[in-house]
Amino acid sequence: MNKTKKIAGFLGIPYIIWGAVFIIIPLLMVVWYGLTDASGSFTLSNVAAIAEPAHRKALLLSVILSFAATVVCLLMAYPLSLFLTETQKDSNSLLTMMLIVPMWMNFLLRTYAWQSLLEKTGVINTFLTSLGLQPLRMINTPGAIVLGMVYNFLPFMILPIYNALQKIDRNVINAAHDLGAGSVQTFLRVIFPLSLPGVISGITMVFIPALTTFVVSSLLGGGKILLIGNVIEQEFMVAYDWNLGSGLSLVLLVFIIISVVISVITDREEEAAR
Amino acid sequence: MTKKTRYAGLKKLYIILIFIFMYAPIVLLIVQSFNSSKSRGHWGGFTLKWYKALFTNADIGHAFVTTILLAVLSSAIAVVLGTAACICMSKMKRRSRNILMGVTNIPMLNADIVTGVSFMLLFLTLRIQFGFGTILLAHITFNIPYVILSVMPRYRELNPHIYEAALDLGARPATAFFKTVLPEIMPAIRSGALMAFTMSLDDFIITHFTAGAGVHTLSTKIYSEVKLGIKPEMYALSAMIFLTVLILLIMVNRAEYNAEKEARGN
Repeated sequence: MNKTKKIAGFLGIPYIIWGAVFIIIPLLMVVWYGLTDASGSFTLSNVAAIAEPAHRKALLLSVILSFAATVVCLLMAYPLSLFLTETQKDSNSLLTMMLIVPMWMNFLLRTYAWQSLLEKTGVINTFLTSLGLQPLRMINTPGAIVLGMVYNFLPFMILPIYNALQKIDRNVINAAHDLGAGSVQTFLRVIFPLSLPGVISGITMVFIPALTTFVVSSLLGGGKILLIGNVIEQEFMVAYDWNLGSGLSLVLLVFIIISVVISVITDREEEAAR
Repeated sequence: MTKKTRYAGLKKLYIILIFIFMYAPIVLLIVQSFNSSKSRGHWGGFTLKWYKALFTNADIGHAFVTTILLAVLSSAIAVVLGTAACICMSKMKRRSRNILMGVTNIPMLNADIVTGVSFMLLFLTLRIQFGFGTILLAHITFNIPYVILSVMPRYRELNPHIYEAALDLGARPATAFFKTVLPEIMPAIRSGALMAFTMSLDDFIITHFTAGAGVHTLSTKIYSEVKLGIKPEMYALSAMIFLTVLILLIMVNRAEYNAEKEARGN
């Protein structure tokens, strides 16, 4: 038995080393570069650069658009997850079809395809004009970016909400009905509160990738709408200012850490309530 | 009763609408791969010429081989490292296990752009030549968590006495593992591997920061073509990849379903 334990311990060593070298150290390097200047001495100017008008504008726009995308995702995903749990019949394969299968078509191409749908002479506008309606200006607008975010990140909202809803004991819902609660009351006072951890985790899983994307904005924003992700990408790949790029990344890291803390707290609370 | 059926119909309609939303761009891309007109807006008639052109396009061929090689290698290595890590973690003390699980969660919770630049800084500092190797290291790293999160719950549900019984009956630890443990956790390994393969295939952002000049995956190739217009051959290739993986998955599911049915029948 002891020998088995020893072998098991050895099996973990490659991953422990891997995690240290490829997960922990790279993150520390972002912190290091973000807090030093080109000569290697300590400075806060890379982080403070977020307050420069161009950067501040990009961050603000990112927050607004990703917030909008998160709200739309939530409004779309919650009823869907609810309906999927209610039908119950083999929802898992339905979910796979919805969440994983689309990923086998390259994500850039899928987003790019929205260009063809939203363009001035695209599929949607051709359809509208054939009905005698005015064509809409859709591509290269903030709205198009929100749509791209919703399209790409919706699965990350559906999955946690669906999982949370599926865990709810049917007997709890039946008990609420037996005690005289109507469907609305049951939903508001039983189902929704119990699904809240899934909702919170879905919100963070949509908000963070939407906040930090540079792909959706460069494909659907026509290169004119800069998000904070675009700014960081350009610092690294065009301007080669790794210190400034890292400093701005640290600002994103603050958002990420806050969202992780929020979801850990709600998870703890849920576990404590059980 | 009619009210109830109407409600059920509405639910179905809602699910279908979201499906249309998810699949509209995919259908459009597949249709465009048969469009003889190069401009995306208008339909110039059915053609297979992009599929023919695809086989003579060396650039796309290279990017395709690189992408598949990356997905296969990174998911295979991630499966080995991740499964070994699960075995180790289940024997660890609670505290160290929580720390290691926390580290495992970092690549999943972190934004791709931050993960990408962190790899870039690591490879720059270590003066590692950017290329296939650096992309592979990055893909393995973000794939391991998917394997661990899939295998870990299954592994902890295992009955340890079966493995011990095999040892008592004289099997060596490796034999006991391959005969008793591995078959039990195989479904979890398979779904973890599928997830890892999918993530590697679909990744752009992390690849973008770790690729360097000269090496292209399909994602980075598409990104570099966006401004000038994507070549229709790319639609043809993507349509083929999509349909191949879809058909493979359906076949595997069918085989599993039939095997299960047969096992139940006996």
